[in-house]
Amino acid sequence: MVFSLADAVSHARGSAHAVLEGPDINRALIRISHEILERTKGAEDIVLLGIPTRGVHLAQRLAAYIRQFEGRSVPVGSLDVTMYRDDLRLRPARALGRTELPSDGIDGRIVVLVDDVLYSGRTVRSALDALNDLGRPQAVQLAALVDRGHRELPIRADYVGKNLPTSKSEIVKVYLEENDGRDAVLLLKEGDK
Amino acid sequence: MKRHLISAADLSRDDALLILDTADELAKISERSIKKLPTLRGRTVVNLFFEDSTRTRISFEAAAKRLSADVINFSAKGSSVSKGESLKDTALTLEAMGADAVVIRHGASGAPHRLANWVRGSVVNAGDGTHEHPTQALLDAFTMRRRLGSLDGRKVTIVGDVLHSRVARSNVLLLATLGAEVTLVAPPTLLPVTVDSWPCEVSYDLDAVLPKSDVVMMLRVQRERMNAAFFPTEREYSRRYGLDRERVAKLHDDAVVMHPGPMNRGMEIAAEVADSPRSTIVEQVANGVTTRMAVLYLLLGGADLGGEIQ
Repeated sequence: MVFSLADAVSHARGSAHAVLEGPDINRALIRISHEILERTKGAEDIVLLGIPTRGVHLAQRLAAYIRQFEGRSVPVGSLDVTMYRDDLRLRPARALGRTELPSDGIDGRIVVLVDDVLYSGRTVRSALDALNDLGRPQAVQLAALVDRGHRELPIRADYVGKNLPTSKSEIVKVYLEENDGRDAVLLLKEGDK
Repeated sequence: MKRHLISAADLSRDDALLILDTADELAKISERSIKKLPTLRGRTVVNLFFEDSTRTRISFEAAAKRLSADVINFSAKGSSVSKGESLKDTALTLEAMGADAVVIRHGASGAPHRLANWVRGSVVNAGDGTHEHPTQALLDAFTMRRRLGSLDGRKVTIVGDVLHSRVARSNVLLLATLGAEVTLVAPPTLLPVTVDSWPCEVSYDLDAVLPKSDVVMMLRVQRERMNAAFFPTEREYSRRYGLDRERVAKLHDDAVVMHPGPMNRGMEIAAEVADSPRSTIVEQVANGVTTRMAVLYLLLGGADLGGEIQ
């Protein structure tokens, strides 16, 4: 998913509408980081694992907020799930993302998976399989910036930035400063792309 | 990526970098306690080896198994090939068994190219005659990149029996694609006649080339392919083109010494050089598995492109 800013601007003028704008995203992340601290009783054993590419940036922002609120450094990593996907055979082979685990690993930790959009749940299923090969966490939780529904597997998020009712024909696009030069979540009608 | 990997020349710069980047990610798998990915589950890879090989065959087998593919090993010795079966009939047999990829090593240059017209799956050239060995070139490039960073503008010297070497040809083609400057050093009798058309320089003086080399790759003198006298004596060859301690001293500090193996210690490379910290020879073997995993993943991991049998 690579989009230019010009793309985004033209979408914004057309039928696309912004669901979350710059500061909204950070407000949602601030709330999620408080929820993580609350649910995990001070985030002592947690590891944040972002799913590339935007999940990793979100995980880093969450870690920064947690450090700001509690003064605790939370290990952050990235977990590429490409090799574990169930739809590999539907498209040409794709390039791999980066998998980078914190040096202490994930054994016995509470792993919080972080992704930008939760949709069918298939990415999360792949991530659970990947974790299985990497170690044995004490628990796995899921944080998503946007939950757009239409789950195809029995998976739910523990922390949600925004619940966004969508139709399957719509497209949700997440732009992040680190990757795309600005923060926004857009909802596009089919055919806009 | 194309459907087959037959020549290093088939790879564009983007293809080659994609393979090397993929290999970089896959290298981490071999550091994990569970060295296996489910990606090629249910796919069948046939290792079709008409020539002797240890490291290449084992390397492909390990790569395929780490990606959860099923591996069938076939060696010509003790098979129906020794009863006179043709390559085409062997290929049709494999086809009937549903091979998704065929990794072939053959003594005849061009055999993988022929095979690619007969089978529906992907064909990977694991060395054909004196022609090419593209996965060796990829693993060499991967090893260089890990030691030296980018290959752009790096000076690579390939020394020895270029005439009989499929490794040299594949390396010259791939390294040129990746922006490295290759110099071949060999006695004139061990250079192919068409070497002028290769994207590289040629020299006959190893001592002059060594000081500016970032990589020195020694080739094995392939006596099994030599049917004439290409140099007067082994001692003279070793004196002029062998890599010993005095020659290694001429290299700059970060330069590395490579050898595709198997080595003739004391002939093209001195034992103490082969075992020195500059030498990447053992690394090359480990990197071979990773690089071949990347190749198999990129050829087989995605949608079936549905090749037509000709």
